[in-house]
Amino acid sequence: MSNQKDASIPTIPAKARLSRWFGRNLIRIYAVFGFTYLFIPVLYTFAFSFNDSGKSNLVWKGFTLNNWKNPCGAPEVCSALGNSIKIGLLATTFATILGTMIAFAIGRYAFKGRSTSNLLIFLPMATPEIVLGASLLSLFLVFHINPGFWPTVIAHVMFCISFVVVTVKARIASLDPRLEQAAMDLYANELETFRRVTLPLVAPGIAGAALLAFSLSFDDFIITNFNSGTLTTFPKFVYVSAARGIPAQANVIGSAMFMLALILVIAGQFVGRKVKVAK
Amino acid sequence: MPYLLLLPGFLFLFTFFILPIVNLAQTSTQTPIAGGDTGQNEQTFHFANYVNAFTDNKEQFARSFVFALLATILALAIAYPLAYAIAFKAGKLKNLLLVLVVAPFFVSFLLRTVAWKQILGEEGFVVPTLRNFGIISQSTTLTSTSFAVVMGMTYNFLPFMTLPLYASLERIDPRTMEASGDLYANGITTFRKVTLPLSMPGVVAGTLLTFIPAAGDYVNAAILGSPNTKMIGNVIESRYFKIVDYPTAAALSFTLMAAILILVTIYIRKAGTEELV
Repeated sequence: MSNQKDASIPTIPAKARLSRWFGRNLIRIYAVFGFTYLFIPVLYTFAFSFNDSGKSNLVWKGFTLNNWKNPCGAPEVCSALGNSIKIGLLATTFATILGTMIAFAIGRYAFKGRSTSNLLIFLPMATPEIVLGASLLSLFLVFHINPGFWPTVIAHVMFCISFVVVTVKARIASLDPRLEQAAMDLYANELETFRRVTLPLVAPGIAGAALLAFSLSFDDFIITNFNSGTLTTFPKFVYVSAARGIPAQANVIGSAMFMLALILVIAGQFVGRKVKVAK
Repeated sequence: MPYLLLLPGFLFLFTFFILPIVNLAQTSTQTPIAGGDTGQNEQTFHFANYVNAFTDNKEQFARSFVFALLATILALAIAYPLAYAIAFKAGKLKNLLLVLVVAPFFVSFLLRTVAWKQILGEEGFVVPTLRNFGIISQSTTLTSTSFAVVMGMTYNFLPFMTLPLYASLERIDPRTMEASGDLYANGITTFRKVTLPLSMPGVVAGTLLTFIPAAGDYVNAAILGSPNTKMIGNVIESRYFKIVDYPTAAALSFTLMAAILILVTIYIRKAGTEELV
């Protein structure tokens, strides 16, 4: 067996073997290039968080840990971060509650106006951010509401709701209806069934939706720029300081957020796997 | 019961999404009050605002749609093989690679764009390297060009392309591809006749999710572009904040939204039939 194999290999010329190897691994080679492209700006941001740069972080001047030791060292950077976190948490809470309720209504009931409801959920996602931001600002101006903290929270809730609905609805659609029927068969009433069977099963979907809403809110620039007035959020801070070079502390915060999100996602997958095994 | 669940959310969306759009439509036909302050307008049903807004900014409109289209095509070309590799070739590494493909987008959108500006800038490592090898001339720059804007948009909207593609590829039963091979189809035919048609929902969703935000974007053009690469988003932004000309800004926003909705409807109709496949 092995002799036969050995004998057959030399008959294929090296060139053909190489091209065959290429053909078989082309997609993997492509994937390596793809990942390199994806990670270049991340590595750059991370590397320049250690730059001993002073005020303008454009050229590499030497390695330092000072930026990481003192992430609030640059003026305004931490107050901007604080605003982003506050707005993100508030918007996530409201959007998750409102969106989950809508998802249950659409996912669980057949009613008149269901397709119109679906359309109303789809439209904000199909509207460019600049139109959402500009139209909301026009409304605030008509009612003489000054842009600022609460208008920004409202704007974020508005564009996050649809994403929450879509995420939670998908989870509801994948539920096995027999589980709820079993609970009812065991004399659980509707409320108990919801609380002890349905909600725990949908919970991962709701958690995922909340995480998505927070990251959308935290990272939003266009809609925020229209409705926040003089309030500075983290993306706004980066945008404004981009012209003269952003301080290295912004890179520190960006890198830290990156690692935090990565840990959260990996931990989430780990927990998910454990739950699967336990089943 | 369903209406009770819908009520709070829909009341919110009605007040802060529908009402603003209606108000935007109203604003778009207003004209400035004679002798009033900047930003004070009255309703005159001046539909010529639309004509003026469009003819003054034809170039930026065209650029927005061309750039968004290019970015969408490039993103598809990059994301499809990536999603394919993760779905079918990754083995045990599947979940890890899926996390890695989304991970770069945990770094703030603005920071990523600024990072590209610096990487492609005069002080970055790309430009001097390309110049040393004679690939670009000594006077060629990469930032402040259309190239940089399209590249930035491609990069920034990539996850919106990759995730739907992955979701629809992952759902394909690999046995359908094996069956195609058993019936003497080669790799390319299998892809063209089996894999691609089955992944069309992902392609449609991904291209829409990339094209729509790209067409309305102004951040990439502002950071990576120059005054010669202005998109319609830049015009709307400056009409609002610098010129304080709300009616024109509203007319431009409305035209943009209408154009995108029309394009999306046509696209979904086409992609829904077998023509595209």
